[in-house]
Amino acid sequence: MTEPQGVLKPDPVIEPGHDYGSITEKIASIVDTGRQPKFWWVGFGIGFALMQLFLVSAVWLLWEGVGVWGINNPVGWGFAIINLVWWIGIGHAGTLISAILLLLRQDWRTSINRFAEAMTLFAVACAGMFPLLHMGRPWFFYWLIPYPNTFGMWPQFRSPLVWDVFAISTYATASALFWFIGLIPDLATLRDRATNRTGKFVYGLLSMGWRGSAVHWYRYEVAYLLLAGLATPLVVSVHTVVSFDFAIGIIPGWHATIFPPYFVAGAIYAGFAMVLTLAIPIRWMYGLHDFITARHLRNMAKVMLATGLIVAYGYSMEAFMAWYSGATYETAMIEHRLFGSFAHIFWALIAVNVVIPQVLWFPQVRRSTAALFCVAMVVNVGMWLERYLIVVTSLSKDFLPSSWGEYAATRWDWATYIGTIGLFLTLMFLFLRVLPLISIFEMRTLVPGGAGKKGGDDE
Amino acid sequence: MSDVHDVYGLMVEFASTDDLLAGCEQTRDAGFKNIDAFSPAPIHGLTEAIGYEGKGWIAKTVFIGGFIGAMSGFFLQYWTSAIDYPLNIGGRPYLSWPAFIPVTFEMTILLAVFAAVFGMLGWNKLPQPYHPVFNVQRFKLASSNRFFLVIESVDNKFDRQATRAFLEGLDNAVGVYDVDY
Repeated sequence: MTEPQGVLKPDPVIEPGHDYGSITEKIASIVDTGRQPKFWWVGFGIGFALMQLFLVSAVWLLWEGVGVWGINNPVGWGFAIINLVWWIGIGHAGTLISAILLLLRQDWRTSINRFAEAMTLFAVACAGMFPLLHMGRPWFFYWLIPYPNTFGMWPQFRSPLVWDVFAISTYATASALFWFIGLIPDLATLRDRATNRTGKFVYGLLSMGWRGSAVHWYRYEVAYLLLAGLATPLVVSVHTVVSFDFAIGIIPGWHATIFPPYFVAGAIYAGFAMVLTLAIPIRWMYGLHDFITARHLRNMAKVMLATGLIVAYGYSMEAFMAWYSGATYETAMIEHRLFGSFAHIFWALIAVNVVIPQVLWFPQVRRSTAALFCVAMVVNVGMWLERYLIVVTSLSKDFLPSSWGEYAATRWDWATYIGTIGLFLTLMFLFLRVLPLISIFEMRTLVPGGAGKKGGDDE
Repeated sequence: MSDVHDVYGLMVEFASTDDLLAGCEQTRDAGFKNIDAFSPAPIHGLTEAIGYEGKGWIAKTVFIGGFIGAMSGFFLQYWTSAIDYPLNIGGRPYLSWPAFIPVTFEMTILLAVFAAVFGMLGWNKLPQPYHPVFNVQRFKLASSNRFFLVIESVDNKFDRQATRAFLEGLDNAVGVYDVDY
């Protein structure tokens, strides 16, 4: 209805004229020609430099202690938890695209699921850094895992923080396996195309001897579908459990039943923003306009618009429930958030997360890659501000004025945060270099299965 | 019979999915049992065309994995929180089962995922570093844009000359190759 008149069929998910051979050639040659566009070196360089910042700040933190961060009493969580939630949320779009859209038979997911899943893994890796470093003594992280020990103690299973350990580690494991299973047939393609010994050996090892047998494909598809069915409730549960970290607490502003759905919607919102942030440059860098078409970008913009509205509903319900409940502390918290010392952040959040994304209603914006990229960047910032507000406002002023306090991030907070962006970019660019960024075998299923023009003369 | 095990089988190449499907059906209808098809992407109806009936083992494996995950997840929490180290948290009963649901759920998913991944690999007998089909030069294209059908020499009807002639006679066959061990 928002599309131009006279367009009856949606745009293709893959431009016409492609066949098995041309798809294989186009995607696999990004990896096996060994040459990367200039932009790859620029992007990798920036990421790698920022990752050094992460290493420096992590070492300094371990040397000096968590006091180098701005956390204090009462704001004990600060950047560590803000960034944990931000990164985990970003990761969720990858699973949504690969699992939920697969179950819903949305064939446009095929061009974007591989790198979105990679994004998930790397985002979870960055997320995992924060609770580990926040422990202060990360070498004791295994105390969180139930194992028989000489203290004779066990984790406290009624605590959402322990649920979080299970949820996030299950999520990381399941995402990695789902990703790897999806990669096996493509690794076989790279193995068969490899011309040097290293490529033959490494891709040969990783492809596990995949030979594309009909019976193997049959079992493969069953397993893949089941994995998608398992990943779907998993992704919802993970951000639900993350929201329990807040909602199970009795702090004003946290103790709300709206938190799980509101967090999950926010995660998808942030994740799609990050997928667009990555997809637009990648598409341009490798000239993948045939595979990542205008329709993909437009669909992602629509998902962002829809989830953004759910998030906006969450904000309004938080304020409404504070007023409607008549609870003194809830009302005070909202007043503090709207008009107190965090007002500038709150109104900036409303501007970037609620007001600006409304431009996505206009088809002209959804068709313009530059505009979409800008909106996606704005949402990336917006979702970070949201987590900042949730963590900091509630902790800084809870019940007793005697336990109130202010919070200010230090330069090491920023260095650690920006450093993980470097870690993320480094991993992402390395992934683009060594693995096919679009699922080759799934793209093949979108075209009629025939021989390419150059099918026979490859030998 | 001496020629039966000289080769692993005979392989025929096709240029499109339709040719492969037609070739498989003809081969199946000719009475061959030990046949397998190879393609760069999953093809709907190919397992039926080679006469394979899925037994649903993957789904059963995943169910068992999920069941073990759920039981172990729940009883781990029950045993540790109520029996081995009973801990009073906010006056809740020791068996405060609603609080145990999240971890039980995550363990269910985790073990079901393991079962799906390792079950699929296991039932497919992967990883398998060596397989005779890779001895055929052209088989490289099975992961790109070519389609292959193999009749294994263990098949009762296999006869090196006659089977080769049969495969060469299939519609649109691009080439027939010996699959050496």
